[in-house]
Amino acid sequence: MALLTVKDLSLGYDSNVIVKNLNFSVNAGDYLCIVGENGSGKTTLMRTLLQLQDPAGGEILIGDGIKKNEIGYLPQQTVVQKDFPASVREIVLSGCQGSLGRRFFYNKDDKRLAEKNMERMGIADLADRCYRELSGGQQQRVLLARALCATGKLLLLDEPVAGLDPKVTVEMYELISELNREGVTVIMISHDISAALRFASHILHIGAVEFFGTKEEYLASDIGRAFLTQQKDGDEQ
Amino acid sequence: MIEKLAMYLQYPFVRYALIVGILIALCSSLLGVTLVLKRFSFIGDGLSHVAFGGIAIASVINLSNNMLVVLPVTVISAVLLLRTGQHTRIKGDAAIAMISVGALAFGYLIMNIFSTSSNLSGDVCSTLFGSVSILTLTYREVWICIVMSVAVVALFVLFYNRIFSVTFDEDFAKAAGTNAERYNLLIAVMIALIIVLAMNLVGSLLISALVIFPALSAMRLFGSFKKVTICSAILSVICAFAGLIISILAGTPVGSTIVAVDVAAFAVCYCTGRLTGGLQRG
Repeated sequence: MALLTVKDLSLGYDSNVIVKNLNFSVNAGDYLCIVGENGSGKTTLMRTLLQLQDPAGGEILIGDGIKKNEIGYLPQQTVVQKDFPASVREIVLSGCQGSLGRRFFYNKDDKRLAEKNMERMGIADLADRCYRELSGGQQQRVLLARALCATGKLLLLDEPVAGLDPKVTVEMYELISELNREGVTVIMISHDISAALRFASHILHIGAVEFFGTKEEYLASDIGRAFLTQQKDGDEQ
Repeated sequence: MIEKLAMYLQYPFVRYALIVGILIALCSSLLGVTLVLKRFSFIGDGLSHVAFGGIAIASVINLSNNMLVVLPVTVISAVLLLRTGQHTRIKGDAAIAMISVGALAFGYLIMNIFSTSSNLSGDVCSTLFGSVSILTLTYREVWICIVMSVAVVALFVLFYNRIFSVTFDEDFAKAAGTNAERYNLLIAVMIALIIVLAMNLVGSLLISALVIFPALSAMRLFGSFKKVTICSAILSVICAFAGLIISILAGTPVGSTIVAVDVAAFAVCYCTGRLTGGLQRG
């Protein structure tokens, strides 16, 4: 059974439905990239997958021995976080909150996991630094390490490279692919279609026209070609 | 001067005032960091005006123990305010302003129309700016304050990690399975308790100062949530102690003196932060 199966899902707030009858599934080890125009409902889809908001219709099945709190989430940064006085270690450790259960405090295992993930993301030397003083790329690494503390299986990333400079963007994408090669399933929102095509194994296009399939299928499809040329024109302007 | 202080300290009411003042300062500083970061700096203001309205009603219907009205009204308002603030921030801001000014106006109106006291403006002034009431505490009131402070500190320490998660990133916390609504509710109830407690000390107009100044000062100096929280607690206690002593010796009003000391401490911290780039980053 697939890790995540979406059946006839409709998205939206109240009576305002943005996306209708969405069907797709994600298997362990996949790297799914969600693309689409601004306002097409990408973030809403992700919030619905995380059960942060209710679907307007349809259902989401989570299978293969993954628990609801075993999904790592990398949200877009909020204004509050920009001047938040917290050390890197405190933030990464907060990724372990799903395993707290009835406990009040983090135990040795949680702390070890946090250290391990900081090393994995190459930010171990920043552990005692203040989050608000880090560069954009370093901050994203911190949030990625936090997401990894919540899961070893499934990562949901919402525009992980937003606001990063080109060099750091490439590093970030490589880091994510490396995690994917290590066996972490990745679902990522991006409006950078060229990167999506370079790294992803599957593409989900939402908006006026919908598409779900492998990268190769997308490249061969009409919608894929149309979106690609449109984006290229946009980049050239 | 020391002699004068020693003389004052022999009176139980002075000792009570010091104990209560320090406890209130400690409690109010704890949640300050969370409220400032969640953009709820003014909730203290709003809620204390609600509490003022509550006191007005209680005094009009001649209730002997006005806590019975004030506490539930304030807790309910806190819950409502934090709930509206979760989704749309502007709405939360406006809601605080509305409730705050509305409750203040109604409180004064009710006190004016149904006044039973001969010295109305004196009553109002003391509720707004804190009064000598901190110097007229009874033994029982001191105990209530101690019990409530211990409860607030214990709750804060036990749920420290969750409060941090919910403050830093509510969406992530929810996605990780933390019941964010429940902890927002906890924060709301705690802040309401603290405000009702602190009304005695600085009055309803100056409560926000007690909640946010130590947090803002500590944020100039430190870069980790734990250090900021501990520093703001220590700072708040020192400022409250100094303010109380000064007001006793110099005969100045208690509430405004404490807030003045808090402002001075903020100025010092701000300059230190600017000069050193933070005492110790991390």
